[in-house]
Amino acid sequence: MTQLTVLIPIALLMGAAGLAAFFWAMRDGQFEDLDGAANRILIDDEDEDEVP
Amino acid sequence: MNALADIASADTGELVDSRFTVPGMRCAGCIAKIERGLSELEGVEGARVNFSAKRVAVRHTHTLDDADLTEALRHLGFEAQAAAANPLAQDDKETRGLLRALAVAGFGMMNIMLLSVSVWSGAGGVTREMFHWLSALIALPVVIYSGRPFFSSAAMALRYRRTNMDVPISIGVLLATGLSLYETLTGGEHAYFDGAVMLLFFLLAGRALDSTMRNRTRAGIGALLSKMGRNASVIQADGSTKRMAAKDLERGMVTLVAAGEALAADGVVEQGQGAIDNAMLTGESTPEAVSIGSTVHAGALNLTEVLQVRITAVAGDTAIAEIARLMDEAGQSRSKYVRIADRAARLYAPAVHTLAAMAFIGWMIAGAGWHQSLIVAIAVLIITCPCAMGLAVPAAQVVASGALIKRGLLVKDGSALERLAEVDMVLFDKTGTLTLGTPRPDISALDDEACSVALSLAQTSRHPLSKGLADALRAASVSSVGVTQISEASGHGVTGIWQGQQVALERPEDGGNQIATRLRIGSQGWTLTFADALRPDAAETIALLRGEGIEPSLISGDRAEAVAVVADELGLTAIGNAQPQDKLALLEQLKAEGHNPLMVGDGLNDGPALAAAHASIAPGTASDVSQQASDAVFIGERLMPVALAIRVARRTMDIVRQNIGFAVIYNVFAVPLALAGLVTPMIAAIAMSMSSLIVVGNSLRLAKAAQ
Repeated sequence: MTQLTVLIPIALLMGAAGLAAFFWAMRDGQFEDLDGAANRILIDDEDEDEVP
Repeated sequence: MNALADIASADTGELVDSRFTVPGMRCAGCIAKIERGLSELEGVEGARVNFSAKRVAVRHTHTLDDADLTEALRHLGFEAQAAAANPLAQDDKETRGLLRALAVAGFGMMNIMLLSVSVWSGAGGVTREMFHWLSALIALPVVIYSGRPFFSSAAMALRYRRTNMDVPISIGVLLATGLSLYETLTGGEHAYFDGAVMLLFFLLAGRALDSTMRNRTRAGIGALLSKMGRNASVIQADGSTKRMAAKDLERGMVTLVAAGEALAADGVVEQGQGAIDNAMLTGESTPEAVSIGSTVHAGALNLTEVLQVRITAVAGDTAIAEIARLMDEAGQSRSKYVRIADRAARLYAPAVHTLAAMAFIGWMIAGAGWHQSLIVAIAVLIITCPCAMGLAVPAAQVVASGALIKRGLLVKDGSALERLAEVDMVLFDKTGTLTLGTPRPDISALDDEACSVALSLAQTSRHPLSKGLADALRAASVSSVGVTQISEASGHGVTGIWQGQQVALERPEDGGNQIATRLRIGSQGWTLTFADALRPDAAETIALLRGEGIEPSLISGDRAEAVAVVADELGLTAIGNAQPQDKLALLEQLKAEGHNPLMVGDGLNDGPALAAAHASIAPGTASDVSQQASDAVFIGERLMPVALAIRVARRTMDIVRQNIGFAVIYNVFAVPLALAGLVTPMIAAIAMSMSSLIVVGNSLRLAKAAQ
């Protein structure tokens, strides 16, 4: 029973942290350009001339 | 966006942001090319591409304006249009609000479920009471925050003495929360907090899906729109010019229209002559010659020399606005269309309310006491709350529209998919719909060198023939060579110097009635003829449509002979010489006969027909007005997305009906249990998640529907 007083706040805090992370990601624009992010990893940084 | 924020911090005093829509970007290479190409320009601080929205945001100094940057993008090989600050912000806000509510509901649901499972597993006494209190503490703010979209919609419906799906949802959630609160205060056995929050979570998931789908396709269509002139240079009394926004223009003003600029209002040419591109209005790409006294319309693109235009009509009086009004009236019937979810709600909501009320009265008569009767009534409301119903339609439609986007078709919203599924005949426009709409040259006679020279000349000009030539050459992977001293003379062509020889693209002397241009290198010359070719898969598409039991036909404003040629080739029945009113009349007649016609067209002359048809599709090259009026837009040279759209739409409706069927079956089993007073919070939670999972899983089968 006494463990619960520790475990429940921890569970709530972790959930709230996840929620806060999601809110931050939305405000920061992490979901603005999902297709672009997938494509950007294909851009070659070294050989600028090679890029078609 | 995050990168833009970094750029913003560099030096905010001198810099401005501009946004451009670039529909042509297709790959990682395009992102790199645009971002690097723009960043190399003098005065550009940074550029960031948003690939999903086909948009690029540029941060630059005042020395550059929109026209310079559009020109720079054109040199990089991309057609671009300056876009308004953020036209999609409104829709975007709604989706973000729903996603936040969904996240909060998800957080609440998980934590309350954690506590509820312990209660169901047998926690008793003080532990149960404490868990109920904790649940209440989490549930109350979550219900208030996440329930708002439903509460406000229900309140709106009740204010107008109507009922919608949100009314039973709101009543169910509020009653369940209220009763659970009472149970908690009095130390009762059952609390339904988990049920209430879970209900909100699943329903919000449906809403968020629906809204995301609308946004995604609108971003795509928005990227193709916005071609009309947003401002104009007005000549002042003292001879100087002043930039004014389109909405501030007045009749009688004289504007200076530079080459390459779009007109912002209707008017009469006062000085200058040249050619304009009316593609935005008519969908036809052949340039139209204008001189002093010619009438020009808003949206037309000035191709050659500077024109002085005296404005005769602005804003709501322009030809575009007139047609928009005609389309508005024609579109009335479509706005009366009732979506399948609302049709279901009309039957469902009263049935559920009656059932719950009868359960309460029945148990009262049976002498169960008001507390017990109320619990049963609420259990009925929770268990019948249309969780699966709320997901049934959007889940299927989102998966289907995602599958169609991959095949090059953007469907505007769910209602469009529902109407597309009911289509039983198709009317095609000819130019720009069955055909590509842009003149394509026959370049087989040119050698490599001539190709390169032709591309170097063609890419500097805005003339439609030059554009068509440049497109064809780029498609054949020709690269340009260094032609110098390029100059363009209106009505004559482009000239330049290459390796000491004079080279030119010019009007042929013996052109006849074919569209042609002549390439000259030194003393050598080639005549290139242009033709408006059929889309490569037109015949295949028509065969597929017939396979679905839909008879296609052709209706065009073009000359009857020209229409007959295409009709014979494809084996279609055809009507030529049709005015916009004729098309409209034919559609009205077909609808009166009980048909559900699909109109596929691109020009402004198709606009009223597109709006009047039961469903409509426009190609991505169509005039803005047509794209606005249609339910879906297909991109690229292939016509196949039109046939696929109908097939996928029909398949989607099958799945939606199955989903609603599941929801009904579930209720057939669950409602008697609830009426008998056997539904505990645990049974309610399991039933709710099971039905939702089945519906979502069934909808995912559509992912392969467009293949």
